[in-house]
Amino acid sequence: MIDLNTIWFLLVGVLIIGYAILDGFDLGVGVIQLFTKDEKERQININAVGPVWDGNEVWLLTGGGALFAAFPVVYATVFSGFYLAFMLLLFFLIFRAVSFEFRKFSETAEAKKKWDMAFAIGSTVPALLYGVAIGNIMKGLPIEIVDGKVVSKITFLGLLNPFAILIGLTGFAMFVMQGAIYLTMKTEGAHQEKVIKWANGGWIAFVALYVISTIATLFVAPHLFQGILNNILFWTVFLLLLAGIIYTPIGLKSKKYGWTFLASSVTIAAVIGLLAISLYPNLVPSSIDLEKFSLTIYNASSSQYTLKTMLIIALIGMPVVIGYTIFIYRVFKGKVIITKDSY
Amino acid sequence: MDPLLLARLQFALTVGFHFLFPPLTIGLAWMLVIIEAIGWKKKDEIYAKIGKFFGKVLGLIFAVGVATGIVMEFQFGTNWSEYSKFVGDVFGAPLAAEGVFAFFLESTFLGLYIFGRERVSKGVHWFSILMVAVGSTISAFWILVANSWQQTPAGYVIQNNRAELVDFWAAVFNPSTLPRFFHTFGASLISGSFLMTGVAAYWLIRNKHVEIAKRAINFSIIFGLIASLLELFPFGHEHAKQVAKTQPEKFAAIQGLYKTQEGAPLAIFAIPGTKPPKLHFPVEIPGLLSWLAFGDINAEIKGINEFPPDEIPPLWLTFVSYHNMVVLGLYFIFVTALAAYFIKKKTLYEKKKFLKVLLWSTPLPLIACQLGWIAAEVGRQPWIVYKLMKTRDAVSITVGAGELLFSIIMFVLIYILLLSIFLSLLFRWIKKGPEPLTGEVAQ
Ligand code: HDD
Ligand code: HEM
Ligand code: HEM
Repeated sequence: MIDLNTIWFLLVGVLIIGYAILDGFDLGVGVIQLFTKDEKERQININAVGPVWDGNEVWLLTGGGALFAAFPVVYATVFSGFYLAFMLLLFFLIFRAVSFEFRKFSETAEAKKKWDMAFAIGSTVPALLYGVAIGNIMKGLPIEIVDGKVVSKITFLGLLNPFAILIGLTGFAMFVMQGAIYLTMKTEGAHQEKVIKWANGGWIAFVALYVISTIATLFVAPHLFQGILNNILFWTVFLLLLAGIIYTPIGLKSKKYGWTFLASSVTIAAVIGLLAISLYPNLVPSSIDLEKFSLTIYNASSSQYTLKTMLIIALIGMPVVIGYTIFIYRVFKGKVIITKDSY
Repeated sequence: MDPLLLARLQFALTVGFHFLFPPLTIGLAWMLVIIEAIGWKKKDEIYAKIGKFFGKVLGLIFAVGVATGIVMEFQFGTNWSEYSKFVGDVFGAPLAAEGVFAFFLESTFLGLYIFGRERVSKGVHWFSILMVAVGSTISAFWILVANSWQQTPAGYVIQNNRAELVDFWAAVFNPSTLPRFFHTFGASLISGSFLMTGVAAYWLIRNKHVEIAKRAINFSIIFGLIASLLELFPFGHEHAKQVAKTQPEKFAAIQGLYKTQEGAPLAIFAIPGTKPPKLHFPVEIPGLLSWLAFGDINAEIKGINEFPPDEIPPLWLTFVSYHNMVVLGLYFIFVTALAAYFIKKKTLYEKKKFLKVLLWSTPLPLIACQLGWIAAEVGRQPWIVYKLMKTRDAVSITVGAGELLFSIIMFVLIYILLLSIFLSLLFRWIKKGPEPLTGEVAQ
């Protein structure tokens, strides 16, 4: 019997996966933008994500809201614990958010280039930071529960450990792969050949880093492997991951870009899915005492009544959201066309 | 430095800056719903051009609104973690609902509205601006639910050291939700209309784009007049009645009523002194406050003296901000009514001095909004959740003064930069003006 806490664990997971897949490609395109010299190509890159990026980012906002509503103790502990890192993240997200419109309203090529770079750097740093945050959570955070209150001893420098950085790089490669593959659907000719190279490079880097991270996790966060190896769900998702990873270069080679994008999206979903399965029922493992002090879907959650109410909200709202999101992607399907309204 | 003070400063700064943009978004979006409909259905070229011009403006405003809103979404966790743990069971739900029902809607359809002009049919394009307007209004509703709940909590019990939701609808429609929602919605319509009026007045003063400017100003003045009237009555009046009933100490503070009285007067003007609390140079209308609040000129209204000294809000700031908001509200009615009269007499376009007044009035509704929020939020002190939790118990314990100082300086610098770039891009766009009329409607 699945309880409400588990359902919300799944739903928050779905929101994070939605964010990683959708804003993941925006972030990846931003990273590629950083290395794109040709002005025309930069314009196509930014217009490839321009009409949809804001909707994509809402997955993050809704994920934050859902975390607040379903697991307020996690929302409060992690965000205040990661204070400086989080402010840094906001710094870059702010500039990324305005870069599109500000570019459009700029008149000189120079000014436009500045906002291209704001978009690029505003994507590159978050693409790295997300993984670093996840790495720290995998490793476990220095939190304890004293008199029923969560006390955290997280420090900014403590967040910058080699393991977390490794996970950061892995996530980074994953986003680059996703962004490049998205661009293969949006570009043509020489530009397209370049992004195919990016896609292949991103794929190789991601696979290599993912293998290394997995091995590192065995040593740094062995608790994540406890009891999952005989879990059938784990192996199912693992097969999905393999399928996604194997298909990606094949799809690129045979020019089936839409399918390749699907494969890399499945890869992302599976990576996050595997992590979720190994964390469950923990949300934030404690590095001080895993058994006693970890924040779980039970000790960090809202009341059953709230979880039930929120579930109703999600069941009414999300199908509609997914409906019109698909509609919008259909409207903007195909190669980028530059018009008067473009960025 | 005191982390509590810094955390409050940061919250006030970031949310105050954020709130410069949502009212313009909401107001402008609803005006565009009407304007684009006329342009489309009546094939009216002038309306089509107005729509196109202000549609772009909406995009620019929206972008900064989003950038600053992202900060707000997470700030309860970063800076007010004790608060978040205490209220999360109730307060998180409206925030999540805002994401599901509103943010997705407005941002997805804004993309379509801005880029879709040449990609989708006129009907779908109009539907997209309608969805932006609806989405941003729903967004306002849910965030105001959250805010209203902390002003007048309902539908909860205190259990397990926190507030737990027991009745969702009672929490959503707590006593101040609807008054606050309608009042803020009215304020947004006023803000949007004054922006359009200001732009059109600027063109008229310079004798540029005259045809388009005339039509735009006619529309925005009428729109603004109706919104300003509604804002005083019923929206403002109902809101004040609700505060009198549900937060009597706040009501006493904003009205400057320092002693309990029957037949309390309405203070039109005064300079509040704080030690001891006293109004200097008051201009008062006897009995009016009692009548406005309770419909009876002899009704008794509690003064500040009735409440424990450690449970009353700052008196000076609340009185001054509230009264200036009301004065501005009356001014908006006056100035739009006068303009409407001149439109009727067909003399508005030549009155350059008066057009200048309209131009300089553009930011005043936003100032009124800020003043209103100060009255509401400072008037809630010392409580963060009225009668349930004090602000000083709500702040993140793990975040130190140094970290806060860093983030405040960061936000101040970013926001100054954003605001100046935003304004310079906006001004250049306004100077450039709409596309010239060609005598035919683009299909
Ligand atoms: C959903 C909740 C919410 C919403 C919609 C708002 N506020 Fe608020 N406000 C708070 C929740 C809150 C808070 C978290 O509860 C604060 C932080 C410290 C406090 O006492 O209340 C606060 C404090 C606070 C203060 C400082 C008061 C003081 O500490 O003396 C000001 C000036 C404002 N707010 C102004 C605003 C403005 C301009 C808003 C317009 C968007 C606004 N608030 C919306
Ligand atoms: C402190 C509370 C607030 C929080 C946490 C908050 C959060 C946010 C967030 C995250 C966004 C970006 C959404 C996107 O990407 O599309 C946003 C935008 C917006 N918010 Fe807020 N907000 C707050 C206060 C308010 C209030 C009081 C209102 C309305 C009365 C409001 C109305 C809007 C609107 C209309 C937008 C769309 C963008 C824009 O208008 O520029 N917000 N807000
Ligand atoms: C004309 C007479 C007006 C009256 C009688 C009035 C009344 C009120 C009252 C009593 C509050 C405090 C609510 C609380 O503390 O909970 C308030 C808040 C507020 N006012 Fe006004 N107001 C008027 C005009 C305006 C105008 C013209 C604007 C802006 C254009 C405005 C914008 C606001 C805002 C944004 C708030 C804070 C949000 C809220 O609590 O609703 N008000 N107003």
